[in-house]
Amino acid sequence: MEFDVVIGLEIHVQLATRSKMFSGASTVFGASPNTQACLVDLGFPGTLPVANREAVAMAARFGLATGGEIARRSVFARKNYFYPDLPKGYQISQFELPIVSGGSVEVAVPGTPPRQIELTRAHLEEDAGKSLHDAMPNATGVDLNRAGAPLLEIVTEPQLRSPEEASACMRGIHQLVTWIGISDGAMQEGSLRCDANISLRKPGDAELGTRTEIKNLNSFRFVERALHSEILRQADVLRQGGTIAQETRLYDSGLDTTRPMRDKEQANDYRYFPDPDLPPLALEPGFLEDLRGTLPELPQERRARFRSDYGLPAEDARRLCESRAAADYFEAAGKACGDMQLAARWTSGELAAALNRDGLDIADSRVSAGDLGVLLSRLRDGSLSGKLGKEVFQAMWAGEGSADDIIKERGLRQISDAGALEGVIDEVMAEHAEQVRQYREGNTRVFGFLVGQVMRATRGQANPQIVNELLRKRL
Amino acid sequence: MIDFSLCGLRRALDAGDIGSVELTQACLDRIEERNSELNAFLTVCGETALDEARRADAGRAGGGPLAGIPIAHKDIFCTRGVRTTAGSRILDNFVPPYDATVVERLAQAGALLIGKTNMDEFAMGSSNETSYAGPVRNPWNLSRSPGGSSGGSAAAVAAGLVPAATGTDTGGSVRQPAALCGLTGFRPSYGRVSRYGMIAFASSLDQAGSITRTAEDAAMLLDSMAGHDPRDSTSAERDGEDYSGPLQGLKGKALKGVRVGIVKEFMDEGLEARCRQVFLDNMETLRGLGAVVTEVSLPRLPLSVPVYYVVAPAECSSNLSRFDGVRFGLREAGADSLDELYTRTRRAGFGEEVRRRILVGGWVLSKGYFDAYYLQAQRVRRLLAADFTKAFETVDLLAGPTAPAPAFGIGEKIDDPIQMYLNDVYTIGASLAGIPAISIPAGTVDGLPVGLQLMGRPFAETDVLRAAHAYQLETDWHRLWPPGASAPVGEA
Repeated sequence: MEFDVVIGLEIHVQLATRSKMFSGASTVFGASPNTQACLVDLGFPGTLPVANREAVAMAARFGLATGGEIARRSVFARKNYFYPDLPKGYQISQFELPIVSGGSVEVAVPGTPPRQIELTRAHLEEDAGKSLHDAMPNATGVDLNRAGAPLLEIVTEPQLRSPEEASACMRGIHQLVTWIGISDGAMQEGSLRCDANISLRKPGDAELGTRTEIKNLNSFRFVERALHSEILRQADVLRQGGTIAQETRLYDSGLDTTRPMRDKEQANDYRYFPDPDLPPLALEPGFLEDLRGTLPELPQERRARFRSDYGLPAEDARRLCESRAAADYFEAAGKACGDMQLAARWTSGELAAALNRDGLDIADSRVSAGDLGVLLSRLRDGSLSGKLGKEVFQAMWAGEGSADDIIKERGLRQISDAGALEGVIDEVMAEHAEQVRQYREGNTRVFGFLVGQVMRATRGQANPQIVNELLRKRL
Repeated sequence: MIDFSLCGLRRALDAGDIGSVELTQACLDRIEERNSELNAFLTVCGETALDEARRADAGRAGGGPLAGIPIAHKDIFCTRGVRTTAGSRILDNFVPPYDATVVERLAQAGALLIGKTNMDEFAMGSSNETSYAGPVRNPWNLSRSPGGSSGGSAAAVAAGLVPAATGTDTGGSVRQPAALCGLTGFRPSYGRVSRYGMIAFASSLDQAGSITRTAEDAAMLLDSMAGHDPRDSTSAERDGEDYSGPLQGLKGKALKGVRVGIVKEFMDEGLEARCRQVFLDNMETLRGLGAVVTEVSLPRLPLSVPVYYVVAPAECSSNLSRFDGVRFGLREAGADSLDELYTRTRRAGFGEEVRRRILVGGWVLSKGYFDAYYLQAQRVRRLLAADFTKAFETVDLLAGPTAPAPAFGIGEKIDDPIQMYLNDVYTIGASLAGIPAISIPAGTVDGLPVGLQLMGRPFAETDVLRAAHAYQLETDWHRLWPPGASAPVGEA
C-alpha cells in the first residue's frame, strides 16, 4: 500500500429516552411535522432547558460499558450558530468537560482478530430539527420534532486503518448501545449517524496527514463506500503532488463521490461557552455504583464465557453475541434442553435461516427459546430423529403447536424399541433377499441401502443407530 | 383612610372599605389620565382586570394574600394571551401561549394583571430610553429618566397608577429605577425566584424582583413569588419562606446588634456630594435603630462594571439568537436568502444598544478572545463573590448608595454608553455575587429621590427586608409622593 489510512469517527447515537434531552416532549419517531415539539424545543422566549436524568444515566452506562472515566461533574455548553432547524440559535452540547472520557470498544473485521479502539470521549447533546426542502413549492419547511432529541456523541481516536474497520467500529458501537439498552439502534430512523475524519500518510510518517471530515453517514455501507471513495480522491491529489484541504465534505451515494460542503455550511466559530441556564451536571454519590449494578454482561464478556463454559468456537460465540436478544435466546434454549452445543447449532442454523427468510428479529421469533429447547430435548432423548427435527421445527414455525403436539399428531416419534424394529427388519430382509445375499458375500456397501429401506418403512421414525445395530446383528 | 400600599389595600379590601372593582377602576382611570405623558404602560388589560375584580368582589376568585389587588408586570414576563414585547420591535407582535412562573404564582395569590410596563429593550439600559416604545418619564420630573431597565414599573408605581409592579434586575434594573423614583426595589438572591417565562437577557444574572412602596410590600410579593421551580434548573432547591411574618411587630431599636458594613469602595469621587451626605445621614438613622455601622472593603468591587459588561453581553449575544424571524416575532419581508432574512429581521428588530451588546458579546466569546475576556471575567467574578463572602464574615449587611446621583435628564447620557454603564456601578456587585439587595427611599436632593441600598448574605432575604422595614418604620421617605401626585384612592 502506497499510503497508510488513518480514520477517526464521531458517532451520534440517539438515546432511547421517552422525552427529549431538555424538555418533556415525546421522542417517538414518525409523527406529523412539529407535533412533537413543545415551547422549549421551539426556543420560545422565556423557556428554559432541564436536563433529562434518563439520558444522563444512559450516557453514564455507556461510560461504564466502555471502561471510560465518568465525570462526577460535567458541563453543558452552547454551540452558537444560525440555522432554521436550530430554534435557539445554539445547540446545547458538552465541550470542555464531557460526561465520559476515554474507554475503548472492541472492533472486529470479519476474518481478522479483534482490536481495541480507544475512545476520546462521549458527550451529551441535543439534536437539531430537519429542513424540508421538498415539502412546499418555493419554500423550505422546518420540522422540529427531532429538535431536542437526546444524542450521545461518541468520538474515537484516529486509530482505524481501513474503511472496513471503520464500518466494523460503527457496527461494534451499534451492537453495544443496543446491548446495554441506551438506543433502539434504528438506522433507518437516523438513530445512529456518523461523521468520519480521514487522512492519508506515507508509511512510516510520524505526522498525520491533513484530514477531511465526511458528514452525515447514516449506514454501515455508506461509511465504507464513502471512505473508499475519499481514499481514492486523497491518494490522487497526493500522487499529483497536491495538498489536501482541511474541509468538510458530503458523500453522494448516487455518484459514489464526496464533494466539499459549500463555504456557508462549513464550520465557523461556534463561540462555545458554558450554558448559564444549566448548572454543571453533578452525579450524586452512589449513582454510578447503582448504575453499575444494572449493567448487563457485556458482549465481550459473554463471548468469552460462551467459549470457555460451553466450548463454542470463537466464530459461533461471536455470531451468537451479535445481539443481546440472540445470546439470551441461545442460552435459554440451551438451558431448556441441557445441551449448549446443540442449542448453538440450532440457533445459528435452522432458527437463523427461518428468521432471515421471514425478515424477523430474534425478539420476534415465531418459536420461543423455551419451545425450541423442548424440541432439542426430544432430539437428545432419542424420541425424535435429527431429520424429523427439522420438519417439526418448520411446523412449529408455521404455528402448528408445540414440538410434542406435532410429534404426536404427525406420529413422528422415533422408534427405538428393538422388538418393534426387529419385525420391520425381518420384512425388509425378506423383501430384499438379493441385497442380503450380496452383503453376506462381502459387499458391505449395500448395508446403507438396507438401513434406508428400514427407515422408509418406518416413515423415518426408526432410530437409525438402533436399526444399524439390529441389522448388523441379523446379517 | 386607605394606605395605597399592598398591605394597606389588603386591609382595606378585607375590611370592606373598598372593593376590587372600585380599586381597579381607579387605577385604570389614573392610567388613562397619566400614561400618555409617562409612557409607563405598553399594554393595559382593562376589561380582563375588571372581570377578575368583579369575581374577586363576588368572592369567587378564591382567597389569597393578593386577592383583588391589581398589579403590573414588566413586559419581560410572558403572559398567556397578552402581548409581551420586552420593549423590542422584534417582539412587537408576540403573544405568548404561556404564563411565566412569576405571573402564574402571583395570579394564584389572587393578584389581577392590570397591564404590562415599559422597559429598556430586552432590559438593556439604565434609563428606559432604549425601549422601542419610547422613553418613560419620571413622575418626579417629567424631563428626567425614571432609570431602567424596569423604568415603566417604577414610574407606574411612583405615579400611583398601580400599587406595585414586578421588575427584573440583571445589573440593577429594579434597584436603580426604584431609587430614582422614590420607591422600594428588591432583588432577591439569584435562584430564589424562577426565571421561567422571563425573557432572558443574561441568564446567570437575571433575577425577578419587585417595585413597591414599602419593604413590607416587597415581602408580601416575595411570599408568593419565591420557591423552587422544576422548570428552571438554576432555581434554588429550597422552598420559599414566610417573608412577611418576620417583619411583624418590629419596633424600637429593631436593628440592635445588627452589623452593617459601609462599602468603602462606594464612597468614591463618583458619588455626588449631596447624595453622599444623604447616605451618611442614613447610617446615623441605622445607628439610631441599634445597628453597629462600620466600614468594610471589597477590593475587587471596582472591577464589577468591566466584568459585568463582558459577562452580560456574552450571554445576551447567545440568548438573543433565537430572534431570527423564523418562528415568532418580527419577520422582515423581501429577503432573497436565509442570511438576508436573518440580517434584515435582526437589523430592523433590534435597537442600537441591543445590537451593540450582541456585537460585544459575540466578540468576547470568539476564538482568540474568549480566554482574555470571557474566562478572565468569570475568574474575576468568582474573586468578587469571594470578597462578598469575606465581608459577610464580619458584617450582617452591606450598605451603600443605590445610584451615584438622582435622576438624570432624558437624553443626557444616551449617546455616551460608558457614562450610562457607570450608573450601575453600585448595583452590579450584588448582581454578580447573586446576593439579595434592596433599594429604599432615603432622602431627596433637589426635590428628587435618593435611594439607600442594603445587601445581605445569599438567601438571607429576611435580614435585608427586616432592616429595610425597620428603616421605613423610623422614616417617612417612602411616604412621599411626586409633586402633584397622590394615590388614586385613599390617602389623598
